[in-house]
Amino acid sequence: MRILAAVFLVLAIAACQSHSTLYQQLGGADGVDSLVTRFMERIGSDPRIAARFADTDPARFHRLLSAQICSISNGGCVYDGDSMAQVHAGMDIRPAEFNALVEDLISAMNDEGLPQAVQNQLLARLAPMQGDIVGH
Amino acid sequence: MARLVLLIAWGLALTGPAFGERGRLLATGGIAHLDGGAGGGIVPMALLAGYASDDQYGGTVSATRTDVDDYRLNTFSAAFNWHNRIELSASRQVFNLGTLGRQVGTGALDLQVNTVGVKVRLAGDVLYTEMPQVSLGAVYRRHHDFDIPELVGAREDSGTDAYLAATKVFLAGWLEQRWLVNAAVRNSSANHAGLVGFGGDRESGRSTLLEGTLGWFASDALLIGTEYRQKPDNLTALDEDNWRDVFIAWFPDKQWSLAAAAVDLGDIGPLEDQRGVYLSLTGSF
Ligand code: HEM
Repeated sequence: MRILAAVFLVLAIAACQSHSTLYQQLGGADGVDSLVTRFMERIGSDPRIAARFADTDPARFHRLLSAQICSISNGGCVYDGDSMAQVHAGMDIRPAEFNALVEDLISAMNDEGLPQAVQNQLLARLAPMQGDIVGH
Repeated sequence: MARLVLLIAWGLALTGPAFGERGRLLATGGIAHLDGGAGGGIVPMALLAGYASDDQYGGTVSATRTDVDDYRLNTFSAAFNWHNRIELSASRQVFNLGTLGRQVGTGALDLQVNTVGVKVRLAGDVLYTEMPQVSLGAVYRRHHDFDIPELVGAREDSGTDAYLAATKVFLAGWLEQRWLVNAAVRNSSANHAGLVGFGGDRESGRSTLLEGTLGWFASDALLIGTEYRQKPDNLTALDEDNWRDVFIAWFPDKQWSLAAAAVDLGDIGPLEDQRGVYLSLTGSF
């Protein structure tokens, strides 16, 4: 019990110290850039979903996904691409494919050495999009 | 029997992806409830066992041992998950009345109970919807050795529990940590979670009981938490208390999970302060 209390004290102190935006915690423009690159590598070598992206323009995907992550992490960017529902319409993406992509993102975040609390926040901001992306 | 179930679990887990595709995220199958469905050890959750997603099937096989001061419970269970919508489960529970058996002169007595359960996910997704995942479940239990439960005043040798559970993971909740919150309401006439028959002299009918779980993800693969289960007190001859535990569940991958808990079952009849440990191994397919 005392150990648990100590753990939470440390977490609380850490949380109070991080007044920076999630974007900064992701490493700013450079951090997001390299996270998205790693993420795309992971997707590209994931047999569960790689084929989905066979005809996707990597440069465009990288630019739009980076802008979107910047925008949802309070990095000050405006994501000017189509909505998630529009982009993924007609693809009939399965929940298992969405989860595969989340696993690839987690692997990429681990590769980048991002702390758990930062990973949690990015995942929490992406999770509500699931309903717009899956099954349409 | 024990060895058989473990062999099956081993075999199923080794056959790997050929069986189930495990399309859900790590830890979203929870751990095996004593009755075999997904939960924590003593409180059910709205999660469905294993890792099957909407167009897959899968399941789990589990072996659990609970050892408190004067009693022991060995459970073998299995669950099948269809499309992350319906979960079917079954378990065989052997309740050993060590001390009490010796006191009443019957020796270290074993009571065997078999259960079958069904759980339906009604709405929501534990990770992706604002509302929690909500499921409705029922468990039917039947005693094979009813002499002792009857002797202490139990009325029926079989019974059915119904429960409604709501479970949500807050991916970045309080302190930017990942939290699991689960609440269940159960309608039941079971004595001592069904290990000592159904209905008693104090209360012969059904009670509505509240249960809950709070967990903290130390990492994607490690969940630390606590469970609380309200219990009725139907039998004069065998008092019962609410149950609680503190658990740690480890998910090294989607094939295996291991859970350990410090349990506090309170008084069970004349034997007070029953505390001990719970250990559970689950293979998913
Ligand atoms: C939270 C999860 C997701 C986010 C934030 C996301 C975001 C994006 C973004 C920003 C684009 C670029 C938009 C554009 O090209 O106009 C895109 C395109 C795309 N997404 Fe997603 N996506 C997600 C999940 C998925 C999943 C699970 C799949 C399938 C397995 C998928 C398949 C695609 C494909 C194939 C394209 C390219 C479309 C094209 O080339 O025209 N996405 N996504």
